[in-house]
Amino acid sequence: MTNIKYEPVIGLEVHVQLKTKTKAFCGCANEFGSKENTNICPVCLGLPGSLPVLNAQVLVGAARVALALDCTIRHFIKFDRKNYFYPDLPKNFQISQFDMPLSENGHLDIKVDGISPKRIRIKRVHLEEDAGKLMHPEGSISSLVDFNRAGTPLLEIVTEPDIYSPEEAYAYLSDLKLMLQYLDISDCDMEKGSLRCDANISIRPAGETKLGTKAELKNMNSFKAVKAALEYEIKRQAQSLDAGERIVQETRLWDEKKEVTLPMRSKEEAHDYRYFPEPDLPPFTFTDADIEGMRNSLPELPQQRLRRFVENFGLGEKDAAVLIADKELADFFEACVEIYNEPKKISNWISGPVLFNMNSRNSSFGALRLTPGHLTDLICLVEDGTVSNLVGKDILAQMLAAGSAPKDIVREKNLAQVSGADELNEIIEEVIAANKKSVDDYACGKENALMFLVGQVMKRSGGKANPKVARSLLAERLKRT
Amino acid sequence: MAISKDEVKYIANLARLGLTEPEVEHFREQLGDILGYVDKLKKVDVSGMSPMAHVLDIKNIYRPDNISPSIAPEKILKYAPQHEGSFFKVPKVIE
Ligand SMILES: [Zn+2]
Repeated sequence: MTNIKYEPVIGLEVHVQLKTKTKAFCGCANEFGSKENTNICPVCLGLPGSLPVLNAQVLVGAARVALALDCTIRHFIKFDRKNYFYPDLPKNFQISQFDMPLSENGHLDIKVDGISPKRIRIKRVHLEEDAGKLMHPEGSISSLVDFNRAGTPLLEIVTEPDIYSPEEAYAYLSDLKLMLQYLDISDCDMEKGSLRCDANISIRPAGETKLGTKAELKNMNSFKAVKAALEYEIKRQAQSLDAGERIVQETRLWDEKKEVTLPMRSKEEAHDYRYFPEPDLPPFTFTDADIEGMRNSLPELPQQRLRRFVENFGLGEKDAAVLIADKELADFFEACVEIYNEPKKISNWISGPVLFNMNSRNSSFGALRLTPGHLTDLICLVEDGTVSNLVGKDILAQMLAAGSAPKDIVREKNLAQVSGADELNEIIEEVIAANKKSVDDYACGKENALMFLVGQVMKRSGGKANPKVARSLLAERLKRT
Repeated sequence: MAISKDEVKYIANLARLGLTEPEVEHFREQLGDILGYVDKLKKVDVSGMSPMAHVLDIKNIYRPDNISPSIAPEKILKYAPQHEGSFFKVPKVIE
């Protein structure tokens, strides 16, 4: 065993389906989950004599992504045929883009682990069409094909090999997905396959500038799987090199259950796609004015929103990052601020108790059924002392379970905080009677005993006592003992 | 330009064509003739001309993103060599 330190070099290729109403080149519905082979027509099946016509929304959507990634849009683009045989590809070629793609040379500024900024260069963003879907029933000698997905508009986003760790890969994917969600052009649901990621990875001795031989990793079904597959692959390649072996350039599939990458079983023929211009589609052109128009119509992107939250609302960078990381959550935050102009308090409630409930219920924000009015009402109840902070959190949990208004819960369950001296003194007398030792301790100068007694008052009141008032009443009462 | 038998076999394989030995020789000659013609074209002076992306002088032909009716699966499936329910059925392919 040697002690060479290796550094990984990673490039990612993301495919993202655009959520247009129809497919890229025909009027079939672009829809996930339809009954098999119901969204098909002569064009997407590649029947003789059929002709593709580009969906205008597809080009616009793709160009918006390219612009958001700061890519240079070509003024003249064309489509090409990528030729290969596979049963999920009805035409035996995929309409894609080869030498005149939509756009090139962009970048995405990411935050690794939510903090460290890093720029990942984007090599190109181009348009193509998705293939159909193959199923392999267990034990059968046949495979089944559903062509509903064939012809779905697909965007390929390729990075330069700028990613140096699995953590950076994870951050890039999260930030890219967030940006795509802000652009509202894709569901970005890896489980449904609307976002997919392949990775190229090689390793080299630290300090070396020449790239090593790379492996292409496929079949990762989540961002976590991408990270795990990269981690595994770094170890595997390092062990090979340490053992004096050579890395073979190959495609490897991530096995989620075994947590290993394995070479593809089918013998990969050398790729020879024989690209040539798609004769059935004309070229497309953009003028400078077209491009500027599209650039100006881009929505606010995640990093811009983060800056605005920091500058306009006085939020800390970290708090703002938590909010913008979920578009729904950030929208909700802004709706709350409109009702109740206390951004910091609202932010604390959202990134604290609301997120806690989301995580513990393993639910999306949308599924919580929380309205801006209800949350701001609750915050007001806490702020004006009607309920304690602790009881407020309890009320939130009940609001989410029942979808009800905080004021109703306070009234129904009689949760209003007790600040009245009469009621509190009654409880204080009970506590003093029941905790003689602590009372004596306090008399002997043990300050801690007071906190214990306040705690007992809180307990006896069912958490409803106003702790501040309870503390001062108790201190006063003890002076008289 | 001459083309080798192996190149013909390679191309036939890419196109999923099974050729007999006489056919390989037959197409070797034909493809050689085609490439010879391309060699002739290559000698034409095209300096100052931009490459053509399409044979017709058209561009920017779009359609609006509106759904048009798809075809009923049974109308298509009956032409498929095999199908199962509404799926096309093919010999098993393994990743
Ligand atoms: Zn179609």
